[in-house]
Amino acid sequence: MSKLIINRRGLLKAGAVGGLALSTPMHFIRGAYAADQSCNMPTGANVVFGFNVPLSGPYADEGADELKAYQLAVKHLNGEGDGGMLSTFSSKALKGNGILGKKVTFVSGDTQTKADAARDSAKRMIEKEKAIMITGGSSSAEAVAVQSLCQDMGVIFMSCLTHSNDTTGKDKKRYGFRHFFNAYMSGVALGPVLAEAYGKDRKAYHLTADYTWGWTQEESMKKSTEAQGWKTVNAVRTPLGAGDFSQYLTPVLSSGADVLILNHYGKDMVNSLTQAVQFGMRQKQVGGKNFEIVVPLFSELMAQGAGEAIKGIYGTANWDWKLDNAGTKAFVKSFGKEYGTPPSQAAQTAYAQAILYADACERAGTFFAPAVIKALEDFQFDGLGNGKTLYRGSDHQCFKDVLVVQGKEKPKDKFDLLEVKKIVPAKDVTYDPAIFGGDLGPADAKTCG
Amino acid sequence: MRGCIPAATLVSVNAHRVLSRIKSGREPVRLATRVTAMDAIILQILNGLDKGGAYALIALGLTLVFGTLGVVNFAHGALFMLGAFCAVTFNKLLTLEKVTVDPTQLTPWGTPAEIKTSLVEAWLGEFGKVLVNYSVPVSIIAAIPVMLIIGIVMERGLIRHFYKRPHADQILVTFGLAIVIQEIIKHFYGANPIPQAAPAAFSGTAQVGMLLGMGDAIPYPWWRLIYLFFSLAVIGLVFAFLQFTTYGMVVRAGMRDRETVGLLGIDIERRFTVVFGIAAVVAGLAGVMYTPVLPPDYHMGMDFLVLSFVVVVVGGMGSLGGAVAAGFLLGILQSFASMNEIKSIIPGIDQIIIYLVAVVILLTMPRGLMGRKGVMED
Repeated sequence: MSKLIINRRGLLKAGAVGGLALSTPMHFIRGAYAADQSCNMPTGANVVFGFNVPLSGPYADEGADELKAYQLAVKHLNGEGDGGMLSTFSSKALKGNGILGKKVTFVSGDTQTKADAARDSAKRMIEKEKAIMITGGSSSAEAVAVQSLCQDMGVIFMSCLTHSNDTTGKDKKRYGFRHFFNAYMSGVALGPVLAEAYGKDRKAYHLTADYTWGWTQEESMKKSTEAQGWKTVNAVRTPLGAGDFSQYLTPVLSSGADVLILNHYGKDMVNSLTQAVQFGMRQKQVGGKNFEIVVPLFSELMAQGAGEAIKGIYGTANWDWKLDNAGTKAFVKSFGKEYGTPPSQAAQTAYAQAILYADACERAGTFFAPAVIKALEDFQFDGLGNGKTLYRGSDHQCFKDVLVVQGKEKPKDKFDLLEVKKIVPAKDVTYDPAIFGGDLGPADAKTCG
Repeated sequence: MRGCIPAATLVSVNAHRVLSRIKSGREPVRLATRVTAMDAIILQILNGLDKGGAYALIALGLTLVFGTLGVVNFAHGALFMLGAFCAVTFNKLLTLEKVTVDPTQLTPWGTPAEIKTSLVEAWLGEFGKVLVNYSVPVSIIAAIPVMLIIGIVMERGLIRHFYKRPHADQILVTFGLAIVIQEIIKHFYGANPIPQAAPAAFSGTAQVGMLLGMGDAIPYPWWRLIYLFFSLAVIGLVFAFLQFTTYGMVVRAGMRDRETVGLLGIDIERRFTVVFGIAAVVAGLAGVMYTPVLPPDYHMGMDFLVLSFVVVVVGGMGSLGGAVAAGFLLGILQSFASMNEIKSIIPGIDQIIIYLVAVVILLTMPRGLMGRKGVMED
């Protein structure tokens, strides 16, 4: 029978070996993750990204802009082109030689701006085309649906255009990450600016798109404007894609409201705003006050659709190509040279999400999804166009400055429709994640389902 | 003395004063108005008539095609959209620009800036500016022959091969055609709506209350009023064509008994082809004039198509009068159902009212409001 004898020499030896092991730099042991497997980890020389964007349907133009940005990001990741925002990005893990030495390739799918089509397209890219990560989309309904699928299959989803509080609130998922801002932030940023511009004694009437984004946008705007002393006269839900909003606009005239808040996005925003202006609302006075219209979420591409009606209207944006910072300048230069137009905010978010995922893999030293998630959680960065940004670990929401914008009275061209009136600092739009509830769920590795 | 001036004259003078303030472009002109319940009802009636005008025009064309050729044309909404894009194309032609590169100025991405100058305004001066301003109504002149040709080509090239096929085949092929047309338009014009401005003189609001002697509380967009009168005029012209011309009489006879008219030595097929062209023109004109109300995009036809089919069914398959009456009726009902007072009693009624009315009418009057015996009844 052997006996465990601990003497002074043995203790010293064991201590020395243990100390050496503990002090070993992480890069010697991070390969330990290599034994771990998650969905679609690359085995060859390439790694496949899945770009799930609307190429048909009402947001096809935004989808096309997203796809352009993704393709540019792939070029830059593989060391082609001028490098874009890689040169200004605060993390220097990416070297322009792909990710962890593997060349980045991509597949794309058409979400048709529909949640079920987006889900089907993402599933196909994961199951058949072996996409390791899914990114894209232009509506919150799409984002919530695809995020849920990705959680089930163990694939990271880097959402693009989604503004509903639910995406990183009650429907948040461990495998889902949002760079874009949300309705709550729009409300917090816009409320004080509206009170300053139009006064504190105002009566607001909301017209709201009847789906997840519209509801959260309306709730956020009500809270922020009521906190400034405004009263909410009425909030009316309108069907998505109503086309002619005249029957919803005329009751506004008899409501006693002096501000109309259009919680509409995309084509609905173009139509409702154009028609509100046609009904003379911008020439109207109520109780001695000028009647005003507010569009909480602006999109440059949709502003082009609204034409003259956008002039003077307040709203918020995630990013603007005219911002004066190094990241923005590098991206505008790179995108402009490639495609001949300045990028939209959809393009900037798409580009940033692709770069952030690639960077997280490089920093984690693996494509193993739980390790990449860990690398993204609570990651702080700068140089991607929005200033200092935090990817908050508790809800996977990015916190960065929010822009309050106004339709320009005298735009130089169709790309110069919005003017940045105020940059609201990230700390002012930061909130307790508990207010929206939800549960991120587990980060367990899954092999595609 | 005020008492000596007739009230109507006073209203007219006031209305004129207000309108001239708006049209003069002196900004800002803000009108303090208080809308009463009665005013709100009048506004909803106007909304309904306006919307009904568009439904009626599309349904009229659908019924014409169904009544003459017996074809259920799901591509009719695409014709409405093509009409709208005639206006867009005409406007694009009028606003063509000469592009010169100025190496002294740079874009934000470092390439030489492009300087754009309007060709039409350079060639025609002030007249060019007027032409651009009135591009929507002027594009009607271009849209009529274009839509007529599109209609005839569509009928001769595709639809005629499906006359004797079941309605299900007709629906499938015309629906497919609509999708193809949509995708072509999206390819060339993109997916986003393209705004078309009404002429500056008609871009403000008319004080309908003043015009009716009810004060200044019923503002309504001038262009929507013009659209309403335009749709009534087009409907009147189509009815006059069918009622008071020999050509129309033959077409009506063909709608009743195609074979007998053929036995009289009349080439009824050719006349029906022309009718298909006229239906395309009616849908196209509805689209052209609707562009300042709803910025056109490739999908706008589909948005109207389903509602227009409901209008045709409610009006009675094959009944032109029924289509027009149902168009206005459903437009008005839809507007009233959207009033907050109604929605507070029955939430969501605005989204189902048209289909609810269709169900009730078809249960009580299976042929629709003015349907003829024997149409779509085997």
